[in-house]
Amino acid sequence: MSLKLGVLDPQGRAIQHSLEGLGFTGVNDVRQGKLIELDVDASVTDEQLDDMCRRLLANIVIENYRIDKLAGAEA
Amino acid sequence: MRSVVITFPGSNCDRDMAVALEQVTGGEVVRVWHGDADLPGGLDFLALPGGFSYGDYLRCGAMAARSPIMRAVADAAARGVPVLGVCNGFQILTETGLLPGALLRNAGLRFVCRDARLTVENTQSLFTAAYSAGERISLPVAHHDGNYFADEATLDRIEGEGRVVFRYAEQINGSARAIAGVLNEVGNVLGMMPHPERAIEQAHGGSDGRRLFESVLGALATA
Repeated sequence: MSLKLGVLDPQGRAIQHSLEGLGFTGVNDVRQGKLIELDVDASVTDEQLDDMCRRLLANIVIENYRIDKLAGAEA
Repeated sequence: MRSVVITFPGSNCDRDMAVALEQVTGGEVVRVWHGDADLPGGLDFLALPGGFSYGDYLRCGAMAARSPIMRAVADAAARGVPVLGVCNGFQILTETGLLPGALLRNAGLRFVCRDARLTVENTQSLFTAAYSAGERISLPVAHHDGNYFADEATLDRIEGEGRVVFRYAEQINGSARAIAGVLNEVGNVLGMMPHPERAIEQAHGGSDGRRLFESVLGALATA
C-alpha cells in the first residue's frame, strides 16, 4: 500500500528530513507505505486478493496497492 | 427522542456522547455494542463516538467500519435516520464510504489537543439549524489523524453542494480547505473531528456543542 501521488505524506517528509540530518544527500522524496503479508491457500484467486485489497487492506481514496505473489511458505 | 450510541472496542467518548444526548434531548439513550447485528427499533438518532477503535490498527476506523453493526448503521442512514460521527466516528464513516474523503495523519505530525475555533458554514442542515450562518464557535479537538483529504473534484462538489458544515477558523491539522465537518449527499449523515459532546455546559469550558444536539432535536420535532 502506498499513498497516491498528490496525497501529502508528512511522515515521509519527516523521514526525509531525518535522512538529511544524518548527512545523506540526494534524497529527493520519501513516501512511506505499508506491507501486508498474507499466507493464503493456493485456491485463493487473484480476483479474491484484489477484492481483499479494495474492501479492507487499502483505502482506495488515498492509497494505491500492488499485489506480489511469492511462492513457498518461507517467501 | 430515542438515540443510539455505538461502542467499539477502543471507543472512549461513548459515555460523553450518551450523557450529552441525555442532557440535551431528555430522551432515552441506548448503548449498542459493535458486535451486535441489529439496532433497536424506533430509533431517531445514531451517534458514532470518538476514540481509538481497534487501536487504530490498519487505518483509523478501518476495522470498526467492517464491524457487524455497521451494516445496520448503513441501512439506518439509507432510511434517513440522522447519523453523527465525531472524531473516530468521522473516520469510521469515511472508511465505510458513507462520507466522502479520508482522514490522514495531521500535517504537523503531532497529536492536536486544544479548543478549535470553527466557522459554521451551513445552517440549513438538520445538525446546524440552531447556529447562525458564519458564526464562530469553539469546540475541543483531540486527534492525531484529522487531516481531511479528498480529491479536488470531490472537494469542489461538496463545497458546491453546501456539504462543508464546519471549517477551522485557523489551520490546525492540514485539512483540505480547512474542512472540519462534512455532510453526506442527502444531508442526514455528518462527520466532524471536533467534539460537540464535550461542550455541552459552561463547566466544560464552553457550551457551543449544545446547539448541534438541539438542532437535531428540533428537526425531529418538526419532521
